Amino acid sequence: MATVFKKTQMLTDTPFHYCPGCTHGIAHRLVAEAIEEMGFQNNVIGIAPVGCAVFAYNYFNCDMIEAAHGRASAVATGVKRVNPQNIVFAYQGDGDLASIGMAEIVHAAARGEKITVIFINNAIYGMTGGQMAPTTLEGQKSTTCVYGRDSLLNGNPIKVCELLATLDGPAYIERVALSDASSVRKAKKAVKKAFEYQRQGKGFTLVEMLSSCPTNWKMTPDKALEYVKNDMQKIFPLGVFKEVE
Amino acid sequence: MKKLMKGNEAIAEAAVRAGCRAFFGYPITPQNEIPEYMSWRQNEVGGTFVQAESEVAAINMVYGAASAGVRAMTSSSSPGISLKQEGISYICGAELPCVIVNMVRSGPGLGGIQPAQSDYFQAVKGGGHGDYHMLVYGPSGVQESVDIMYQAFDKAEKYRCPVMILGDGMLGQMMEAVELPEMKDISKLPKQEWAVTGKGRGKTRKIINSLYIQPDELEEVTHRLFDRYAEMAKNETASEEYMTQDAEIILTAYGTVGRIAKSAVNMLREKGIKAGLIRPITLYPFPSKAYNDLAKKDAVKQFICVELSMGQMIEDVKLAVNGLKEVKFYGRTGGNVVSPEDIVNAVIKEVK
Ligand SMILES: Cc1ncc(C[n+]2csc(CCOP(=O)(O)OP(=O)(O)O)c2C)c(N)n1
Ligand code: SF4
Repeated sequence: MATVFKKTQMLTDTPFHYCPGCTHGIAHRLVAEAIEEMGFQNNVIGIAPVGCAVFAYNYFNCDMIEAAHGRASAVATGVKRVNPQNIVFAYQGDGDLASIGMAEIVHAAARGEKITVIFINNAIYGMTGGQMAPTTLEGQKSTTCVYGRDSLLNGNPIKVCELLATLDGPAYIERVALSDASSVRKAKKAVKKAFEYQRQGKGFTLVEMLSSCPTNWKMTPDKALEYVKNDMQKIFPLGVFKEVE
Repeated sequence: MKKLMKGNEAIAEAAVRAGCRAFFGYPITPQNEIPEYMSWRQNEVGGTFVQAESEVAAINMVYGAASAGVRAMTSSSSPGISLKQEGISYICGAELPCVIVNMVRSGPGLGGIQPAQSDYFQAVKGGGHGDYHMLVYGPSGVQESVDIMYQAFDKAEKYRCPVMILGDGMLGQMMEAVELPEMKDISKLPKQEWAVTGKGRGKTRKIINSLYIQPDELEEVTHRLFDRYAEMAKNETASEEYMTQDAEIILTAYGTVGRIAKSAVNMLREKGIKAGLIRPITLYPFPSKAYNDLAKKDAVKQFICVELSMGQMIEDVKLAVNGLKEVKFYGRTGGNVVSPEDIVNAVIKEVK
C-alpha cells in the first residue's frame, strides 16, 4: 500500500497537550515539516517559550532549550552566536514576544540576529486562562477586559510585523494565518523561506501566525477559525512586510 | 612577568585565558571596563561579545550560550544584578555553568556608584526565586580575583551552577601588578555531554530546561542541586586567617575590606592589642567551621564583623559562632569606605 501521508520525524510521538481545535499543533507540524524537508534535522536547535507552547521541547524532535517568559530571542541570540552553523528557531506567543519580551525581540531584530522566530498571535494569554494580550483586538473580551478591550482604557493592539519591518536588521518578515487549508500551505512556505534566509545568513527572520484559542475565546474550533479569518485579519493584514534581496 | 592592571581588566583577561568565549553585558558603573575590554578581546580570540539591550537580555544570552556548552559570562553592578536574578534562577534550575561578576555599588535603588557590600544577601541567599545557591567568591585584591576567575569555569562546570565573583568598585578600579596565567587551549577543555549541538534526535536529544511540573520530580532535581552544594562545601570552602593563633579579638571582613582589616590588625598589634583576622574567600559555601573553631578557643573573647553595609555577612558569622562568643558589628554604608584607622578606633571602643 502506498503511503500518502506520514507524520514528520521532526515531531516526537509525545501526544500534544493542546486543547481540541487549537492551532498550536498545526504551527508545530509546519515548523517540523519545514525542518525535515529542508534537511536541517541534524543541525537545528529550538527555543520554547513560556505560554501554552511551554512543552514544545517535548514535541520537536531536536535539541531544545526552554527559555524564561519573553526571553526566547535573547536565548536564541546566545546559542546562535556561539554556534553560528546551527539553524536556530524561537517559538513564542504574543504575551511572550510582544509584551514581556518586547525589548528582546526588537533588539534581536535590530541586531539582525540570524535566527527564525515563529510568532503565534492568538490575541490572548492562553496558558494563564485568557487574559488580555498586547494583540487582543479592540472589543474582544478577555478575563482582564471583561467588557471587551477599550482602547482608551487598555490601549491598542500591537502590530508586530509592521513594527519590526521599520528596522534594518530583519531579512524576512511575513504574517500568515492558520485559518484554512490554503492559508496553512502558505504559512509553511513562509516558514521555509524564513529558514532559507537564515541558512543564507541574510539576517533576522520572523513569521507571525494568526492563530486560534477556542478555549479562551469561548468559541467552537470552527467559529474560532472564522474569527481569525474575518476579525483578526482586519487588524493584522497578511503579507510580506520585509524581504531583503 | 607581572603586569600592572586595573581589577576589571585583569578579571576580563583572566576570563579569556580561562576559556571564556562568550560575553554578554550592559553598561553600568563601576564595571564598564569589563565589557569594554571584552568587546575587542573576544574578537581577537574568536569569541562572541554582544552589548545586550538590558541585563535581563544579557543573562538570557548567557543562558543560551551556556546551553551550547561554551564558557559564557556576564558582569554588572548591583542594579543590573537585580535584573539578572530571573536568569540566574533559570540557569541554576537548568543546571548550567557560567560566571557572573558583580562589582557591587551602594544601594538600595539607584543608590550610588561608590564601593559597597550590600549585595551579600542577594549573592549568597538567593536573590532570584526558588531553592538554589551559587558558588560565591569575595576576592580581596586583583591577583586573587585573577586566580579565582581562572578556575571559575572549571568549578561552574563541575557543579553545574553559576560562579559569582562578588567584588566592589574598589576592586574593579584599583591597579595592581598581577601575574596572569597562561591561555587555556579551549580545544582541550572537557566536552559537556548535556550541551545542545543541533545534532540531537530521538534518544540523543538534549533538552535544557528548568520546568518540572510533577512535584516529586522537581523535589528530586532540587535534592540533586543540594547534593552538589554539599559536595561544593566539602571541596571549595576557603578562608584566610591572619594572626589568629593568640588573638583575643577576631576581626572578620571579606573582599577589599578584608584587606583593610588586615592593616588594622597590624596597627592593633603595635598598640599591644591581640587582634587577628578571619577573611572568608568563599561566601557561599560559608567557612562556618573555621569560625566555629576560633570561637571554641579560650583566648578568643569576641568577634568584630566589618562590612560596607548595615550588616549582612554578620548573620552567617553569628550562625557559625553559634553563641559561643559575642559578635559585634562595625560598618559604613552608602558608598563610604572604612580605613584601617576607622577599624582600629572601632576596636579600641569595644575593648574599653
Ligand atoms: C515572569 C513571568 N510572568 C508571568 C508568567 C505567567 N505566564 C505564563 S504563560 C503567560 C502568557 C502566555 O501567553 P502567550 O505568550 O500569548 O502564549 P499562549 O499561552 O497564548 O500560547 C504568562 C503571563 C510567567 N511564567 N513568568
Ligand atoms: S488555551 Fe488556547 S492557546 Fe492554549 S492550548 Fe488551549 S486553545 Fe491552545
